[in-house]
Formats: sequence, structure tokens, C-alpha cells
Amino acid sequence: MIRRPLKLVTAGAGGVLLAPAALWYAAFFVVPLGFILVFSFLTSADYGGIEYKFNLGNYPQLLSAPIYLRIFLNTMGMAFSGTVLCLLVGFPLAYFLATRAGRWKNLFLILLIVPFWTSFLTRTYAWLILLSDNGPLAHVLRQTGLLQGDLGFLYTYKAVLMGVVYNYLPLMIFPLYVSLERLDKRLLEAAKDLGAGRLQAFWRITVPLTMPGILTGCLLVFIPLTGEYVIPAILGGAKSYMIGNLIGDEFVSAHDWAFGSALGMAVIVLLMFLIAVYFRVARRGAAAGMSL
Amino acid sequence: MISAGRPERLGRLFEPALRAWTGLVYVFLFLPIVLVVIFSFNASRLVAVWSGFSLKWYGTAWTDASILDALRVSLTVALINAALATVFGTLAAIGMQRVGRRTRTAFELMVYGTIVTPEIVIAIASLLFFVTINVDLGIPTIVITHVVYNTSIVALIVRARLAGMDRTLDEAAADLGATPLQTLRRVTIPLLSPAILAGALLAFTFSFDDFVLTFFVSGASSTTLPLRIFSMLRFGVSPAVNAIATVMLVVTLTCIFTASLIVRRHGRGDAEGGLLLAAARSASQREAA
Repeated sequence: MIRRPLKLVTAGAGGVLLAPAALWYAAFFVVPLGFILVFSFLTSADYGGIEYKFNLGNYPQLLSAPIYLRIFLNTMGMAFSGTVLCLLVGFPLAYFLATRAGRWKNLFLILLIVPFWTSFLTRTYAWLILLSDNGPLAHVLRQTGLLQGDLGFLYTYKAVLMGVVYNYLPLMIFPLYVSLERLDKRLLEAAKDLGAGRLQAFWRITVPLTMPGILTGCLLVFIPLTGEYVIPAILGGAKSYMIGNLIGDEFVSAHDWAFGSALGMAVIVLLMFLIAVYFRVARRGAAAGMSL
Repeated sequence: MISAGRPERLGRLFEPALRAWTGLVYVFLFLPIVLVVIFSFNASRLVAVWSGFSLKWYGTAWTDASILDALRVSLTVALINAALATVFGTLAAIGMQRVGRRTRTAFELMVYGTIVTPEIVIAIASLLFFVTINVDLGIPTIVITHVVYNTSIVALIVRARLAGMDRTLDEAAADLGATPLQTLRRVTIPLLSPAILAGALLAFTFSFDDFVLTFFVSGASSTTLPLRIFSMLRFGVSPAVNAIATVMLVVTLTCIFTASLIVRRHGRGDAEGGLLLAAARSASQREAA
């Protein structure tokens, strides 16, 4: 009885707090997305720009050549392997930070952000120097006799994948770290006391309880990776051309805005489908964790 | 002691392996950056070949008006973006806890929507939007586009911290006669300050470093540092890029160092908050048991 007026006040305040972000999203996110939906059904003018003429041909154009399908599959493969690699590389590190770093924790975390604070482009291009056939790495390998001839690593699928792991790793580590740090360590001690081995405790306590962090990390890596534009442009060759590059080029060089919009819509639909699958898996995973 | 053999050996290997792996990952993360710093002092015109110490590339970068101009644009965009996104995102995160279920779900859809939509799609959508409604491309359009994404980042980070906190403190403040605004200012936001600062830093960084969004909505007149570097990479790599990157690194490290000092000075308050939180949590657990 006494609490009711208080709750009413806070409920009203909640709406006010949401308003600035909500208005911004509506004007500068929802409306622009509406624009590409509309543009994907219009006709491109000959030299860039758009004619306001209804046109259903942009979507069938997607299926007109096998190259488009191949680019889509390429992109999905890259996003999947990049995410898995980031998780495998990042989990032990996040675990170390959350449980072993002690008073150095903050320093380690800051060190993790430092690469983020140098230009994304410069970092990627640094690999270009490092891995070039006359670069420092090739030099060292030749000196030690481990390498004859050229390194031949640049402009390949592997080079792009490495660039991806390098650039996306912190996005995976931070959510992992947050959930590992929140994990109640007494649960692990309890498991140990009850006779669980390290591996058993890891699979049955650490992993299920940090699942939200794992899923968030995967989401944070996979999604932007699907639209990646810069890394393949710098480190990749023709075979690592991704959807993002295709969309970008429709606007930058091909000037086919309508087809570019249709490609954008296709990516959105594809991601919505993948996210629906993901949430189904996540819910099942969470249910399994609960029944522990 | 009872279960000797394999699990034990695994256990003994675990700690050094974990430490070694952590070390390797940090080497992986820092090797290219160290390389960039070293090669910024390289006398040679060739980027990958060392030929002696020189400072000339710093001179080249510093006297290049287009680089200085790009730096100014980048800082302007990143600062305005971080300020807006931090305010919007923090308020939204707190607000999400205080609205009805349906409003919250609708809002979450927007937050995740902005994060889930690939940058390149938002970039072309915003470009079409601005061009069609006849807005001149420039710093305002860059900021507008950046804030969409960064608000969501801040909101998610702050909300993660909120989820770990329990509301007993808010309720206690309210029971003790604080108005909702007072509770927000004196209990909720101080408890959230590490998350808010982390969100602000990330928002600044994402914006300062952004290439794709900026590339499409910047127009011809305003070039940010990443755009400038990209065009330098395209038209023949100049070692001046290394010098710019090194200066950026020093500047940002100074910023982070200052920020961490500020956090430490205010850290005591937060530690108190943490203690209160722990006390409140153990009390509620005891009650539940």
C-alpha cells in the first residue's frame, strides 16, 4: 500500500529515461533502414542516384550469377571460423584475467584496450609489413633456416582470418571476462570438495554459468564480422572478397544503389534468420544450465 | 591425494599453460604495434626494410596540413559522440529496468537491432537517408550515425553492471525518503560509474577509429584520421603513417593513464559501494535460506 505511489513514480521516470535514445533510434536507424527497403524496389539511374520507378528486378539479380552466392557463403564461413577462433583464443585469457591476475588485473585489462586505441587501419596494415615476403618475419625464418623462398601468406584467406582474430579478439574477451569475474568462485570450491575434477568443474559449472558471456562475445564478434569491409580490403585477395566489400562497391564504384540496397536487405534477412537460430540454441543452453 | 595420476598431472600443467597462453596472446596483440613504433623511426623510404634511425617522418606528418585537419575532425566527432552516447546509453540502461515489459522488449529490439545490423548496411542506409532528404554530409552526419551504434554499446555495458547489482539499495534509498532523482544521482549512478566510464571510453574509441560508417557519410569536406590513413595506404604506403600511429598511441595512452588515475581517486567511493552491495547481497541470501 505504501509502496504503490513510489512504483508509479519510478515507472513514469523509466519512460523519460528511455526517450532520448528511443527518439534517436527512430529517426536515425529505423527511418534509414526503411529507406534501403524502399530503394531496393526502385531503379538505379545510369550514373548513380535513383529513379523513382518501381522495380522488382533487384532481388532476382542476386541469383543471376553464382558469384553472388559464393560471396555469401565465403562470408558466412569467414564469420564462423573467425568467431570460433576468437572464443578458443580468448577464453583462457579471460579466465586468467578473472581468476589469476590478482592486483595486476586492471593493468592487464588496460593492455587489452591499448591495441584498440591505435588505429584499426594501422594495426591491420602493420601485419602487411610483418608478413610481407621481405618483412621481418620472413627474414627471421630465413635466418633460422625454417623458410626457403617466400612466405606467401599475404592476400590469402588465412591472412584475412588472422587479421580478423587480431582485430575482434577484445570484443570476445570483455564479455567473457565480465561473466567469469561475476562467477561465484565458492561454487568451484564446492565442486572440488564434492570430488569434481578440474575438467568436470569447468564443463559443469564454469561453462554453463558463463554462457551469457560466451553468447554475448560470439554475437559481438560474428555480427560485425559479417559486414566486414576493411580487413579483406587490406589483407585479402580476390578469394576473400566478402559481402561487405560487394555492398560497398555498389555504392562507391558501381553506383548501382538499388542493387546495393537489395544486397543490404538480403544481409539483414540472413542475419535475422541466424539470430533466430542463435536464440533458440541460447534458450536451450540456458535451460540446460539451469537444470544443473 | 587419493586421485593421483592423470587429473593431477593435468592440474600441474594447467597453471603454467594458462600463463604461457596469456603471454602469447599479448605478444600477438602487441607485436604489430611495437613494429609500427619501431618503423616510425626508420630512415628508409621502404616500409619493411630497416636502414637506420631517423625522425624525419614525424616532421613530414606534422607539417602535413591535411593530417592535422583530419586529426581535428576525428577528435571533434569522437568527443561529441562519446558525450551523447554515454548520456543516452546510461539513461536508457537505467530506464529499461523501470518500464513495463512490453516497452522494454520493444526498446531492446532497437538496441540489439543497431548492434546486429552490419556497419556497412547502416552506412549505406544512412547515406541514402541523408542524400535523399538533402542534408549536407559532414561532421554532423558522421556524429549522428556514430551515436546510433555507440548508444547501444554504452546501454549494454551499463545494463550488464545493473544486472549484477541488486535493487535493494535503490529500494533502501527510497524507503529512507530519497526522491527517484536523488536515488538516481546519489545511489544508482555512483554505483554504475565504472561501467559508465568504460562505456564512454569504448564509445570514444569506436568513433575515433571508425572507418566504414565515416567513409560513407563524411562527404568530401570532412576527412577523419582513419579515412586519411586509408587514402595514404592506397596511394603508396608512406612511413609517415607509422609516425602518425605512434603519436596517436602516445596521446591515447596518456588519456587512459589520466582516466585510470581519476577512477582510482574516486575508487574509494566505489569500493564502499561494492562493500554495501556485498552486505546487501549476503543479507538477502540469508533471508532466502
